[in-house]
Amino acid sequence: MTSADLVPGRGASRRRARVERVVFLGPGIGYLIAFMAIPVLLILSLTIFKRGRFGGVVYQPTIENFIRAFDPIYLSVLGNSLVIASITTVLALALGYPTAYGIAKLAPKWRTIALIAVVLPFWTNFLIRTYAWIVLLNSEGPINKSLVGAGLIHQPLELLYTRGAVVAGLLYAYIPLMILPLYASIERLDPQLREAAANLGASPWRTFRDVTLPLTLPGAIIGSIFVFVPSMGNFIIPELLGGGKTVMVGNLIRDQFLKARDWPFGAVLALALIMFLVALFALQSWVTRRLNGGGRT
Amino acid sequence: MTRIGWLRLPLTLTYVFLYVPVVVLVIMSFNASKSPFSWGGVSTHWYAVLAGDQNVLKGLGNTLVVAAGATVLSVALGTLIAVGLQRHSNSSFLDSFALAPAIVPDIVLGIGLLVFFSLISVTLGLHSVLLAHVVFGMAFVAAVVRARLSQTDPSLEEASRDLGAGQVATFFRITVPSIMPAIIAGALLVFTLSLDEFVIAFFTDGPSTPTLPIVIYSMVRFGVTPEINALASLLMLVSFTAVLAAQRLTRLTDSV
Amino acid sequence: MTTQGDVLVSIQRIARRFGDVVALDDVSIDIRDNEFFALLGPSGCGKTTLLRVLAGFEEPDAGQVLLGDTDLLALPPHRRPVNLMFQSYALFPHMSVERNVAYGLEREGTAKAEVRTRVGEVLETVGLSELAKRRPSQLSGGQRQRVALARAIVKRPRLLLLDEPLSALDRKVRAEMQLELKRLQHDVGITFVVVTHDQEEAMSMADRIAVMHEGTVQQVDSPVDLYQRPSNLFVAQFIGTSNLFAGDAVTGGIRFAGRTLPGVVVGEPISGASRLLVRPEDTVLVEPRDALLSGRVIETQFFGGVSTVAITVAGHDVPVLLTRQGAPSAVRDAEVHLSWDPAKAVVLSA
Repeated sequence: MTSADLVPGRGASRRRARVERVVFLGPGIGYLIAFMAIPVLLILSLTIFKRGRFGGVVYQPTIENFIRAFDPIYLSVLGNSLVIASITTVLALALGYPTAYGIAKLAPKWRTIALIAVVLPFWTNFLIRTYAWIVLLNSEGPINKSLVGAGLIHQPLELLYTRGAVVAGLLYAYIPLMILPLYASIERLDPQLREAAANLGASPWRTFRDVTLPLTLPGAIIGSIFVFVPSMGNFIIPELLGGGKTVMVGNLIRDQFLKARDWPFGAVLALALIMFLVALFALQSWVTRRLNGGGRT
Repeated sequence: MTRIGWLRLPLTLTYVFLYVPVVVLVIMSFNASKSPFSWGGVSTHWYAVLAGDQNVLKGLGNTLVVAAGATVLSVALGTLIAVGLQRHSNSSFLDSFALAPAIVPDIVLGIGLLVFFSLISVTLGLHSVLLAHVVFGMAFVAAVVRARLSQTDPSLEEASRDLGAGQVATFFRITVPSIMPAIIAGALLVFTLSLDEFVIAFFTDGPSTPTLPIVIYSMVRFGVTPEINALASLLMLVSFTAVLAAQRLTRLTDSV
Repeated sequence: MTTQGDVLVSIQRIARRFGDVVALDDVSIDIRDNEFFALLGPSGCGKTTLLRVLAGFEEPDAGQVLLGDTDLLALPPHRRPVNLMFQSYALFPHMSVERNVAYGLEREGTAKAEVRTRVGEVLETVGLSELAKRRPSQLSGGQRQRVALARAIVKRPRLLLLDEPLSALDRKVRAEMQLELKRLQHDVGITFVVVTHDQEEAMSMADRIAVMHEGTVQQVDSPVDLYQRPSNLFVAQFIGTSNLFAGDAVTGGIRFAGRTLPGVVVGEPISGASRLLVRPEDTVLVEPRDALLSGRVIETQFFGGVSTVAITVAGHDVPVLLTRQGAPSAVRDAEVHLSWDPAKAVVLSA
């Protein structure tokens, strides 16, 4: 048999492999292109067009949407969103890191239970989780009642419809997304690395600072992305817990699409959100590459 | 090796934070009083009110239609893509592309689909919500099924082919049965997600067919009523049951 | 040879159990200054637990450890003048080779200039000067092992612990590193305690070996004495290949198949059921009149330098093995006669 005889067979098997790829991957990838990639690209492309007078889009390129985004009114909303999302992220890190660390130190069978318990609330209706905080923080709600009952305060505190309430709601909504990636990175950390640091003379605090913390940084950044980005884009919590006083990027986007019907400007705001997402992911992959020494010397 | 020392404090704090609101809601749902805040004794009154609320029942019906349809489509597409990515591809770009719906902010997906549907002149309704939910549903099924596939031996499939079974027979007789627990778990998760999903539905639903979360949204905006407490408790029961069942079927926490 | 002097580490009656499992049962060992000491045993014998007790990652339930005059167990891990080379090497993946090596010195508060000199010196010693800026992920297995070693010796500890130091290396590199470790121990003059399950590794490197089994120390001796004078059946079987004949102890040997097989008793007198140990290379073929045992050859193997003959002997379940230099001295199915020097055969309690 010569090599030429083999060629048709090889070609056929390669063709079969391609058919298999198309059969398995084709429908799903096609669906995602149609209902995810195209819609997201549509939003991005809307940013450079004019708005129609009664909603809709006039396909004339313009940069006025971007200029408008720098209007002080919108900048202050952006700033406000950044502050609230940042506070939420920092609190989620502060509470989530030791929690994830503690879970990783539990005995294996408790670890699974503890993790499920972290995830469980996340799988329930988001509106209901937010609603629970309306009940809790209400001037007649359980927190105020027990504080008054204990004689700590005389008048109920104004807890609801504050920035604090918004932060509490966002934290409640997204803290599981902080704990999970953190747990994964802490659990993956070779315990011998910590022992090695101790063996070389590092105190427990030093070991944490030099070994544990830097090596779990990628997990912390992933968790922060998962808290920060949806916090920026959330419009329900600011509305329900902030009482409309706290406006965030998410509210602006919603209003541009459903009330003002200014799609191009709404698209610019959505682009800002996507840019935060992309920038943070880039940061994450840069940190991860640096930690492992990458392929570069 | 399980001395957790001072870490007990943040652990306790986190679980108190996570579960106090849940517990408060459930207790309040059995409150006989008309006011959602003052306690008037134990009663199932609000569950009866809920059962007679036409808006809620209609929303529930709409949601079940969407969730059921989205689950079926997501399972079909998600399973195929999982097998394709695990066995017939080594493209890391496709890997991330298939996971992207879990990372794209829901508000972006929501407005994107709103614009998309209006451009191709599709009227909004339950069908558009269903199509939208399949986007993230498929990603979740694919992730869970892939985790399972990575633990099953590909030589099982090769052995089947070697013994004369065709590709289609191998897929349905060997591959699908070996990943069945993951498929069921994925289906449960997608059903739960779709049942509870608000943001995307908010942008892609038509005005005459509100899903249950949209009904809840208008109720919550209207104010606090004990009826919502009852509804919330029931929905949490459904979600907790489905997620715990999915967890039993696969090691969910490992794959997230 | 290094000069070995007084006792450096005195391990006294250490006990440790995990639930129902006894990891260490009343272990006492003295390790001398400047010694290359090996803890040898099958997996689960407690050797790694003992190492972790010395490093401070495991607290014993009872017993004490003295390093010179200091009570080692009273110190937290990071204050002990003991360094450990981890089995996985445990190199910090986010630090370069030189930062890894410098880490321990920096924790001691050593001046920057001195850190630089000493790191340079030690990298030179292990032959890694050119790779100082690399990350661990960019090194081969053998190079990583050297970094781990450099990181552990740069602090000039009084005691260096090595946990299965060669197990992650392939065969060829392992043989090289055995020699290298031995040279290094000689050069730096630090007491080495190596944990290994590989008896050849222990035999070829260590000055003395403690053989451990099920949490207890079976014997502490030089490699030659362990091999020639095992103090019990476990050690005899664990170290090297042996022919073991079962019988009752009698004066000057054991009763086996109606005759006396000669051997010596080391230590306490032995009575009752016993075993006679004869190493294959001490077993020789002789004329029928000089024979202690007779049998039939069932297999011969030639390995180049040495050859092995397997012989069945009536009353003995497994073939008797005989090794000699050069080609096999018998052919298959031949009737042969065996003997040995009684002084090289050891009677052991069964």
